[in-house]
Amino acid sequence: MSDTQPVLSIKDLHVGIEGNEILHGINLNIAPGEIHAIMGRNGSGKTTAASTIMGHPDYEISSGKISLDGEDLLELEAWERARKGVFLSFQYPQAVPGLQVGHFLRKSVASIRGEDSAKGPVFREALKSAMEEVSIPRSFLSRYVNDGFSGGEKKRFEILQLMLLKPKLAILDETDSGLDIDGIRVVSRGINTAIRGSDSGALIITHYSRILEHVKPDYVHVLIEGKIVRSGGPELALELEERGYEWLESGNNEGE
Amino acid sequence: MRESEVMAMEEAREAVGDYDLGWHDPEHSTIRFDSGLSEDVVRKISAIKNEPEWMTEIRVKAYHHFVNRPMPGFGDREALEGIKFDEVCYYLRSSDATEKDWDDVPDDIRNTFDRLGIPEAEQKWLSGVTAQYESEAVYHSIREDLEAQGVIFLDMDSGLREYPDLVKEYFCSVIPYQDNKFSALNTAVWSGGSFIYVPKGIKVEMPVQAYFRINAKNMGQFERTLIIADEGSSIHYVEGCTAPTYSTDSLHSAVVELIALDGAHIRYSTIQNWSANVYNLVTKRGIAHKDASIEWIDGNIGSKLTMKYPSVILKGEGSHAEVISIAYAGKGQHQDAGAKVHHLASNTTSKILSKSISKDGGRGSYRGMVTVSPKAENCKLNVVCDALILDDESQTDTYPTMEVANASARCEHEASVSKVSDDQVFYLMSRGHSEEEALAMIVNGFFEPFTRELPMEYAVELNKLMALEMEGSIG
Repeated sequence: MSDTQPVLSIKDLHVGIEGNEILHGINLNIAPGEIHAIMGRNGSGKTTAASTIMGHPDYEISSGKISLDGEDLLELEAWERARKGVFLSFQYPQAVPGLQVGHFLRKSVASIRGEDSAKGPVFREALKSAMEEVSIPRSFLSRYVNDGFSGGEKKRFEILQLMLLKPKLAILDETDSGLDIDGIRVVSRGINTAIRGSDSGALIITHYSRILEHVKPDYVHVLIEGKIVRSGGPELALELEERGYEWLESGNNEGE
Repeated sequence: MRESEVMAMEEAREAVGDYDLGWHDPEHSTIRFDSGLSEDVVRKISAIKNEPEWMTEIRVKAYHHFVNRPMPGFGDREALEGIKFDEVCYYLRSSDATEKDWDDVPDDIRNTFDRLGIPEAEQKWLSGVTAQYESEAVYHSIREDLEAQGVIFLDMDSGLREYPDLVKEYFCSVIPYQDNKFSALNTAVWSGGSFIYVPKGIKVEMPVQAYFRINAKNMGQFERTLIIADEGSSIHYVEGCTAPTYSTDSLHSAVVELIALDGAHIRYSTIQNWSANVYNLVTKRGIAHKDASIEWIDGNIGSKLTMKYPSVILKGEGSHAEVISIAYAGKGQHQDAGAKVHHLASNTTSKILSKSISKDGGRGSYRGMVTVSPKAENCKLNVVCDALILDDESQTDTYPTMEVANASARCEHEASVSKVSDDQVFYLMSRGHSEEEALAMIVNGFFEPFTRELPMEYAVELNKLMALEMEGSIG
């Protein structure tokens, strides 16, 4: 990593929920244009990390710092972080019956990127090409947000939002879960279009390496019981695929 | 503003919360009755209006029925007992004439309707407008082409003067004054409201609108509306209502009767946004003849207590009823709303969709009744009621009744109660929307099946209104 200001900087972050500490001192820097992956089993604290960066009010931060482009995020509410450029693709996107997709997208683009980006041909063109990229038909626009969507539709809709909102930092929480091979290919295409060749950073959270075959990470971090126990290049993901997590768990990784 | 007035306004705001339409004009009346009700008051109202003898008689009979009739045994009995009938002003005239030109309406009153956007809406997309201020219509107009086709759209008093036979035939024919205590009260002291007759085969494409504004303190507004759609005709009537915020209560008790003759179609849309010191106790019912259809699109946002159950009697074969309603019960409000449909004839269909939201300790109740008579074959009934509760202090109840006396009927009933989840709000916030905006999106989404039935202009207004309701709601 160079001297440039990181997009995301996390320093010694301790996070708990209802009094139980889940993350025990996380450190992470993501530079512009970099894609990082955090890998770990269920319950290792991956979703806690994602939700904390986005600003979920249920998580209590006992110490540490999170900053975006050098600016402290911890005092900001989720919607303010979103407007600064943080985006989270949810593992379980929520349904909002009665809220039309088209209306919601326009409103969200307006609030994050400004009214001008949400108007007229500028918006229509961006919408059209992003929808093509993630194979979402026009008829989708009049459906209600995540209401009755299949698992795959929900994930593609998250990536559509990523492409339209153009965040500085994209966090993708288990975007590959529940997707078949074609689904993974489609969302990966969207992620690459949104991140590659831009100054944005991305944090991909997953417990399989499958998606990382399509979206090549620059760095891979392994999260076990709330700590990053190892960091490396893309080859670490392949190693995990072969060997599982056991060899890195406490007791087994001493002396490595 | 004098200090005492400022204090009174703040006291009112304290009692009922913020309400954007709660301003009031200085009261200047040309006739104002003393508070309280007696046979004498009833006769005086009739005399001022120079009514035919039969109308005076029916008013007097209705008055005595009102006095002797107990309060309804359901709804919010405690709140009902709190109505101080002696303190209500039963008749107040602010303008001597019903004008056809807004320029002739007294300035204060005209300004009020300007602020409410009525003249603008009229120019853009309405077929006709009647604007009622206190007891009387102050403005009334209908597009000339409709008038030329024989469409009658008048305030009710003018209707009685100009078409006494038609009024006599249908007045109290759908809702007799003995129907309930408040239909008796309305029949005794009614003033204003709309009278509409659509001739055979005429389809009125753009809606006509009535706007009801209460301005004076302790006012009682008792408009009476009668709509007759002759064979094969159709009309869409829209009403809106607002009032100033006062710390004392006002009473609004309307009666609306609809008659849809063979093959006719009446749609009646309401956006009720009374201030939270108004008792809103309204009786609305329609009769649908052969192949006719009646739709009530009923939005209840304001008032202290609303008790209103728009009803349809499916009298003719093949007739159809639809009641789509929403209720929003905020701080200090109880919305006891619902629908009634009676299937008296074969092959009749009905659909009821009721949605309510309770917030800040408000209470939303659905009260519905659907009946199928023994002779009515092959009827279809569908009832859906959904409630959304925004916090732990608020309440929702459902009182559905179905009495089906013919086994061939196909009945469907669904009910749901849901809460706004933190995860839903967080999801929307992560897309750049503040907590208030997120709530407004969820609430407007919940009401969408209702909103999409409204003319676009009303839908936009309703969404704005609900966004305002969500403001300042985050602790």
